[in-house]
Amino acid sequence: MDEAATDTETTSGGEDQTHAVDELERGEEPGREELDEQHEYETEEITYREALRRALREELLRDERVFLIGEEIGIFEGSYKVTAGLLDEFGTKRIREAPISEEGFTGLANGAAMTGLRPIVEIMTINFILMAMDQVVNHTAKVRYMFSGQVGCPMVIRTPNGAGNQLTAQHSQNLEGWFAHVPGLKVVTPATPADAKGLLKAAIRDEDPVLVVENLPSYNLKGEVSQDPDYVTPIGEAKVTREGDDITLIGHSMAAHRSLQVAEQLEEEEISVEVIDLRSLRPLDMETVARSLAKTNRALCVDEGWATYGVSAELCARIQDACFDDLDAPIGRVGMAEVPMAYAKNLENATLPHVKKVRAAALAVLGEETDPEEWRAG
Amino acid sequence: MTQAEQASEDGQAREPGGAAGGHIGPNLLERAGSPVGPESQISLSADRLRELYETMVLIRLFEEETERQYKKAQIGGYCHISSGQEAVAVGALEPLEHDDVLITAYRCHHLALARGVSPESVMAELFGRAEGCAGGRGGSMHLADPTRGYLGGWGIVAGHVPLATGAAFTFAQTDEPHAVLCELGEGAVNEGAWHEALNLAGLYGLPVVYLVENNMYGMGTSVHMASAEPEVWKRAAGFDMHAERVDGQDVEEVMEASDRLLRRAREERRPALLECVTYRFRGHSVADAGTSYRTEEEIEEWKGKDPIPRFGQTLLDRGIFESDEELDEVRERMDARVQEAVEFAENADLPELDSLARHVYGDEHAAEQFTRMAPGSPFGERELVLEKELGNG
Ligand SMILES: Cc1ncc(C[n+]2csc(CCOP(=O)(O)OP(=O)(O)O)c2C)c(N)n1
Ligand SMILES: [Mg+2]
Repeated sequence: MDEAATDTETTSGGEDQTHAVDELERGEEPGREELDEQHEYETEEITYREALRRALREELLRDERVFLIGEEIGIFEGSYKVTAGLLDEFGTKRIREAPISEEGFTGLANGAAMTGLRPIVEIMTINFILMAMDQVVNHTAKVRYMFSGQVGCPMVIRTPNGAGNQLTAQHSQNLEGWFAHVPGLKVVTPATPADAKGLLKAAIRDEDPVLVVENLPSYNLKGEVSQDPDYVTPIGEAKVTREGDDITLIGHSMAAHRSLQVAEQLEEEEISVEVIDLRSLRPLDMETVARSLAKTNRALCVDEGWATYGVSAELCARIQDACFDDLDAPIGRVGMAEVPMAYAKNLENATLPHVKKVRAAALAVLGEETDPEEWRAG
Repeated sequence: MTQAEQASEDGQAREPGGAAGGHIGPNLLERAGSPVGPESQISLSADRLRELYETMVLIRLFEEETERQYKKAQIGGYCHISSGQEAVAVGALEPLEHDDVLITAYRCHHLALARGVSPESVMAELFGRAEGCAGGRGGSMHLADPTRGYLGGWGIVAGHVPLATGAAFTFAQTDEPHAVLCELGEGAVNEGAWHEALNLAGLYGLPVVYLVENNMYGMGTSVHMASAEPEVWKRAAGFDMHAERVDGQDVEEVMEASDRLLRRAREERRPALLECVTYRFRGHSVADAGTSYRTEEEIEEWKGKDPIPRFGQTLLDRGIFESDEELDEVRERMDARVQEAVEFAENADLPELDSLARHVYGDEHAAEQFTRMAPGSPFGERELVLEKELGNG
């Protein structure tokens, strides 16, 4: 166990980690002109964290109105090292260290966005965005509509959700559904390195406020990412990440990964599972969902957070509305246990919507009963 | 362009301030703010002074063990070590009376131990065991012991400051002669919640002392980089609240001020802010080496102000301890205490799985909820509806 414990990236959630970002991964980085000169872009295998960092760097180079503001994003290089190296390259004017005052600097970003700048706010984790909730919901989201489109608020808020490192009740939440509830905001939830880069870049280029909800346990996840400086993932497009015929699992963020794991397990039992990564919660791509259900006729909505009043609740309503005639079984839904997150490892495991639980839920939609004793503990 | 050159460009002060612009030596230690309130009546027996020393040593050794246990993966999550700040906890909490209330931030191992929570139940909590002081649900950041008036460590920076203010409101409202001690870091004073709470305490005349442990950093950000007015004690002026700054490495100085201000709170119903200048020797948490934003020299300079040898020397000078061997003996005894705590924690039970949904609400029936929770039916409605409404056949 010793090794796991000293690897700060896995045992501690990392709010305060100082693991060095892989220098090799960065090497000598091309400037803006060099980026423009390259025409055929290759992909490269990088981490989710590095994909985000590159998106930020490229957009800082592309548009000088872009600036970053948030806690610990400079000298500390970001609590999760997403902004590593940016202070040195862009200076304190573009990389603004903020005190612990989320409401203040989110509000400042609103005002800056209304007057021509392109702020990117980093909120250390989604739990702390609650301090800025009034700004986001009552201000950011209202600017354009309240003044009939005369003023916009083109800003990005980046913040990670997620649980699983014994971070307990106040630091383990998945609250993105709260924001997806609000007209005027866009909400995206990249699950892979490619989407982390593509969606963040799309968000920065968007004319409206976009909340980019990163996934804390995924920062070290590796994947192929395009080096194209204009590579973006369009906001509002879900992605079928695995094709299948018997049932569709629909999730976002961490739940998209869990769904894929379950699909692999069920393949061994000759159940063919289709998986959809929503990628964007608002706008929500129901077309992709409906197309899939026309084929599989069964749906399980997988939530990483509490299912009650959550993203999966919305999905269920939308699916029964759009796909009623295609359904062969009631829509299933699974999420975290309906309790605040406890610290003790065994309680935390049992609270998470772990793979065993998602699998049991998928089987339930397929009409197969399982023994809760076999999966409850996680 | 270097970071120093950028300083003028954006007007952001970077000097002095940790790695970015020089270093913060222990030069802020002077007292500030004229002492007010009924004179401190605290006068401790030689035995009690020895006990305070013992508690400081206990805390240091406990924290060193905590780091070791974290590396062994017995402890998880965020884990914030308090080494260097023992004098603040032990000094400020000594004048607390049995019925007073303590509410703190998440860096709270030292505060729990100073409040008399047993090392066993704190270590068991860090191990996530049912016998822990928060039943295994809280962990490092959320220690608590309501039987000692300790209403918890809290993890959202400044979020607990209004809570402490509310506890003081209860005392005022019900005419009880008690006070609240609210511990927070200097990083918390830039949050709106802090400002709103202090204004309310001033406005309503509430018996609360805000104990600011100014350890010079909030994560990697020095107080100079975070606060337009880095002298925290001065900021209470905006609420017409009395404030003082004391040397947080001097346990008796902290104790004397805390006693006076708590007394004043109990007797005159007036809030105050007590800033204790201190330093954290370790990183922000066990996952942070603590050296990327401050220099080794700075850390060493502060270690020269280590509150433990300093208090040990004071007690030797006064003849309360007679020899260095006596200090060594304390260390050995406290080390044994810590080892007992580890042993206890290792053998303590995990919380029962079936208790998962217990304490979400006060209703004990809610405890059964987890056993009903099924995928697709988070509260087990399906079974309930079938049992209650439709019967079983
Ligand atoms: C609202 C909120 N924002 C950010 C954080 C992340 N965070 C945890 S501790 C910390 C630094 C706090 O510094 P300080 O108040 O000085 O306390 P110290 O750690 O020095 O004891 C930060 C920014 C948080 N927990 N809550
Ligand atoms: Mg501090």
